[in-house]
Amino acid sequence: MKFETRTVASAQAFDALRQLRADGYNVLVDLTAVDYSRYGAGPEPMGWEREFPAGACGIGSSAGAGRTDFLTAGAPEPKPHRFEAVYRLACVDPATGLETMPRLELRAPYDEGSVLLSVRSIWPNADWLEREVWDMFGLRFEDRPDIKRLLLYEEFVGHPLRKDYPLKQRQPLIGPESGALPDSPSFNSARQEIPFE
Amino acid sequence: MTRKKTYFLNMGPAHPAMHGVIRLILELEGELIVKCEAEIGYLHRAFEKHAETETWNNAIPYTDRLNYVSPLINNSGFCGAVERIAGVTIPERAQYLRVIASELSRVADHLTCIGANAMELGAFTVFLYLMEGREYLYQLIDELCGARVTTDYTRIGGVKGDLPEGFAQRCLGASSKIRRLVADSEALLTKNRLFLDRVEGVGIISQADALAYGITGPFLRSTGVAYDVRRAHPYLVYDRLDFEVPVGSRGDNLDRYLCRLAEIGQSLRIVEQCLRRMPEGPVALSPWEMKDAFAFQDMGKAGSTALLPRCLARTCRTLEGSGRDRAAGVMTADPALAMPPKEQTYGNIEGLMNQFETVMWSWGVRVPAGEVYHAVEGGNGELGFHVVSDGSDRAYRVRCRPPCLFIMAALPKLLEGAYVADVVATFGSVNMIAGELDR
Repeated sequence: MKFETRTVASAQAFDALRQLRADGYNVLVDLTAVDYSRYGAGPEPMGWEREFPAGACGIGSSAGAGRTDFLTAGAPEPKPHRFEAVYRLACVDPATGLETMPRLELRAPYDEGSVLLSVRSIWPNADWLEREVWDMFGLRFEDRPDIKRLLLYEEFVGHPLRKDYPLKQRQPLIGPESGALPDSPSFNSARQEIPFE
Repeated sequence: MTRKKTYFLNMGPAHPAMHGVIRLILELEGELIVKCEAEIGYLHRAFEKHAETETWNNAIPYTDRLNYVSPLINNSGFCGAVERIAGVTIPERAQYLRVIASELSRVADHLTCIGANAMELGAFTVFLYLMEGREYLYQLIDELCGARVTTDYTRIGGVKGDLPEGFAQRCLGASSKIRRLVADSEALLTKNRLFLDRVEGVGIISQADALAYGITGPFLRSTGVAYDVRRAHPYLVYDRLDFEVPVGSRGDNLDRYLCRLAEIGQSLRIVEQCLRRMPEGPVALSPWEMKDAFAFQDMGKAGSTALLPRCLARTCRTLEGSGRDRAAGVMTADPALAMPPKEQTYGNIEGLMNQFETVMWSWGVRVPAGEVYHAVEGGNGELGFHVVSDGSDRAYRVRCRPPCLFIMAALPKLLEGAYVADVVATFGSVNMIAGELDR
């Protein structure tokens, strides 16, 4: 699938997208984001690399044991901005069912505090997609201050697809709104073990 | 004029007519739906986060759980995306095998959707007929991958294995049985007034709305737009196959049902063509087929020239040197892309080692840094994978574009103004798969 990539400052993204809609891009295929904060730094160590003894399991050579430098070998250049919102557009001709223009990938770099506007008024499906981007990455849409999470629950703390979200993070269990303990021994015992922040 | 009193009704998250866990909050005025809101996320399993923490090959089983009615299409889509970043083309036979597997899954998907929808509208016989058809397909898929639902059939660089003995014969047999069962079901439904009254003119969406909501697949085609990823952006060998894209005209539940019925026939046709045309050959890149240029030199120096014609040189993209840095510390026998075939894994110690080394963290397959969006035609529409690699042994980010999310986002549009009883008929025609919707 061929597509053209363009980058636009996040504050101008709304106007650029409105213009593209006027130019004939009638379908918002996808809206997502990527957190580039660890891009180029290699994958996050899993914790066992240092402890892996030489020649463990009898496979491979012992040369690699205890090394972590290979995690960063051949890594690409880091990106200047932490996030990029990715708008994927297509131009579908209803008569033939084919696409009359190559697909377009519009990228809007985003850092904490950048301004990004909602495109709900241009493509209605952006409503849910923006809710998911907020839910997973915590990208704020300036004109949607009370945006609701899409997949996770409101009491969830943090945005799990950010690279700094700990893999083993536990979330507080939620109970009745009144704060009263529910009538469930297993729930209540688990509740005491998990520290609340 | 007095204002009519409205009240709220929850459908779901656990409701017999909701095909999975989803909650619809309906505001009713009598039986008329004034407002509808869908609440999703009950089956969220963090697929995208999981895929970032596992090696490339280990992420494939997670894709089985996306659309669990047609898992083979998900497998093929994810591997296609990774292969596109790596810049490799899989052998032709493997491409045909992926098409066969995808089309069998698509038929299973459509049979399930129509069957369940018909059952909810009272036609239990049709459900049993179509489940019988799906059972034939599941048996074929079981023979092909060793599992009915958690298929995990594709590998990066090809597929797990070739067709079992006599598969083509049994496949053609199953195909004719399914055609008969579908014809029987069609005779029971398509002119049945009890069915037509529930689906005809219900759940209408206009062409413009469907496009604006990003809807794809049979749902979009029922409105008359012949958009099909297999046609618009051919992948694998779809550009060489002869098939039609059935379209509807009104965009109601009946059209969606008719589109799916017609697509079953087309998919079976594709499978039959593939079985006829499929060339002989390898079903995956062999583990030693991709080699760095320095490995070539080493082999030449060592005098093992007999193996050289079986290898493909992978030159360093940076043009800075031998590419040794990228492969440093990778402790596989070869810095290779593909996994060894299972016969090798279970047959000799080198194969077993190679297998372990390609699935272990930071040991195995490395994909060059890059980003790609690859889409395949899933059971419900365009199933896209946006994969970002930073050159390491696991994905940096995997975004799955689930086709039914877009239909579900448009659900209020379909339901507002309809009656409570229409929810069942319309929701059934959406073919919502919670595994793919919530990821």
